[in-house]
Amino acid sequence: MTRETAATARSYTPWQATALVTLRLLIGWHFLYEGLGKLVNPYWSSASYLGEARWLFQNQFLNIASSEAALRVVDFLNVWGLTLIGLALLLGLFARAAAIGAVVLLALYYIVAPPFVGFTYAVPMEGSYLVVNKVLIELAAVLVLLAFPTSGIFGLDRFLPWTRPGAVGGLRRAQA
Amino acid sequence: MTDERKDVGGDQPAADSPADWTTMSRRGWLKALVSIPVIGVFVYNFVRKRAAEATKRQAIMAELGVSERGPAVIPDLISKPPGERLRVGIIGFGGEGEALVRHAGFAHPGWVEDARKAVAENPRDKQLEVYLNQQDLNIAITAVCDVFDVRAERGIAASQVEVRPGGGALPAAKRYRRYQDMLQSGDVDAVIIATPDHWHSRMTMDAVAEGIHVYCEKCMTRTEEEALAMHAAVKASDIVFQLGHQNRASESHNKAREIIAANILGPITLVEATTNRNTPWGAWVWDIHEEGNPATIDWEHFQEPAAHKVPFNLGRFFRWRCWYDYGTGLSGDLLSHEYDAVNQILEVGIPKSAVSSGGIYYFKDGRDVPDVFQSVFEYPDRDLTVMYSATLANGRNRSAVFMGHDASMRVSGSLTVSADSDSTRYEQKIKDRMIDPSVPMFTYQPGLKGIDAVTSATEEYFASRGLLYTYQGGRRVSSYHLLIGEWLDVIRNGGQTSCNIDRGFEEAITCHMATRSYLEGRRVTWDPVRRRIV
Repeated sequence: MTRETAATARSYTPWQATALVTLRLLIGWHFLYEGLGKLVNPYWSSASYLGEARWLFQNQFLNIASSEAALRVVDFLNVWGLTLIGLALLLGLFARAAAIGAVVLLALYYIVAPPFVGFTYAVPMEGSYLVVNKVLIELAAVLVLLAFPTSGIFGLDRFLPWTRPGAVGGLRRAQA
Repeated sequence: MTDERKDVGGDQPAADSPADWTTMSRRGWLKALVSIPVIGVFVYNFVRKRAAEATKRQAIMAELGVSERGPAVIPDLISKPPGERLRVGIIGFGGEGEALVRHAGFAHPGWVEDARKAVAENPRDKQLEVYLNQQDLNIAITAVCDVFDVRAERGIAASQVEVRPGGGALPAAKRYRRYQDMLQSGDVDAVIIATPDHWHSRMTMDAVAEGIHVYCEKCMTRTEEEALAMHAAVKASDIVFQLGHQNRASESHNKAREIIAANILGPITLVEATTNRNTPWGAWVWDIHEEGNPATIDWEHFQEPAAHKVPFNLGRFFRWRCWYDYGTGLSGDLLSHEYDAVNQILEVGIPKSAVSSGGIYYFKDGRDVPDVFQSVFEYPDRDLTVMYSATLANGRNRSAVFMGHDASMRVSGSLTVSADSDSTRYEQKIKDRMIDPSVPMFTYQPGLKGIDAVTSATEEYFASRGLLYTYQGGRRVSSYHLLIGEWLDVIRNGGQTSCNIDRGFEEAITCHMATRSYLEGRRVTWDPVRRRIV
């Protein structure tokens, strides 16, 4: 955190700050429920989703899905990743790390089953998508959170010793 | 815009020390904790949703009286560790015979090598892992009988394979050219019969005469007369008999029995069972071995019990299921599976009547058994019709459906139960939106976690019906292995096999009723007093 960041943080209008914090809370809520929902469902497994893989890293995804041990690790990482990222975004604690994690997870989800022309899936999608789907849009929304951090003021990051007062969280921006 | 900007962070003192928050203003605290109410709302809704789901689930499950968790009505078919080593002979080392011996713990070394290559190419291929994880059944393959030299040699090679559960090569099996010599040799305690159907009853009855236990492939016999004689002989003996219907060891089929016992479906009036396959292999157009010729195949011995004797014929030898001389086509090969599954789940026994139809509509290759075949069985005492329908020229997956007044149950490798929208029993629950007839109220999927690579279309067909693999505690186990294991366990420790001679008799008679009806173009009935198809 630098003085520049701190100064930048102060430069959001209340309207901008409200919009950004709302976006962060909504995405956090979504991640947290996706994680907890899977955590409490004894039948949930990422196998069927990974089994749909047909693009980049297809073989790796399929191998994970077919290996009991690998699947257990991936399921664990996914469930707890989602839960902790959701909690972090909601609380505004370690929000930058959480956002980076969210981008990685969302990118993986997108890569497994991208809505490209000619790709059909056993499980029908709930909407109509061409190249762009909700996963990609959520990924872009998390990029917005990374670019315009808010947790340094509206979140527990504010209490972290290394967060300078007034800082909004991680990303360094040139002062306008 | 710039002049509109307000200093949103400016409520803090401009101090640099990390402990700034100790002096933070009230507004600063409020901002830092802005999400706490949101988290409160989340937790409130999450707990409510969970509670609502749990109530609904519990209400349904209490109503149904079964658990969604896995069954394990078949925790472990092998009740005790295998005791002394049993000496097993194999009669007929073709595709099925080789598979049975492998699932008993003796794979052909060539198969092991191929399986290793398959795993190297595709780590998802589980066949080697499943094979090696099998329980060591503590048997030795001491004798092999096959009329084709190449297959007899393969059997001998398998009997002394080094890579096997339990480990270590055993002495080579002895080859017998006549199964009678094997039975009389004193070298075998039990035999696996995996020959074409026209041999089953003769071999079993000869084994009975020697006091040798029998595991016999389906269909149990080729004719009604053979079924009557074989049933009588086995019943009068002390041998342990198991008919090779792997569905008996399948988790979902056992779960289905639980569903029926709990009377979840209400009165069942109709069961639809089907077979669809769409490959030449699935229609028994099996490979003709390049080394097959009159010098390597004892053709006269092969066709000895057959109704019609014909000159040496490679097609008839390697694709025997296409001719009534050696089997009964769809009836004995695949209706038998579906029927036995229905019999396992509903315990229906022999039907009162059967009507069949069909024809040779696609594989016009000289066969005399139909490739499209329908049978309708009536059970007036049970107020039930069982319908079977099959084509070998379409692969659409149709799992068996049990139709009750209150709910329908689909059974294959997995199992679903859906309430009927006009059900009497669930009427109130449907009105209260506790039960939604458009989604299954009960799903049971053994081994749900993880996917397997299953290769050929025919294998996929069997796997989808729980006939290749089943799951124990989420781990994939071959259902052949479990069924053979159960047979050996009963030989050692006593008890009943799950597909014993009575179940086999019901299977054989039912299949022969279907065949007779098709061949004679009329409705046939079973006379339980005279014990005859009329």
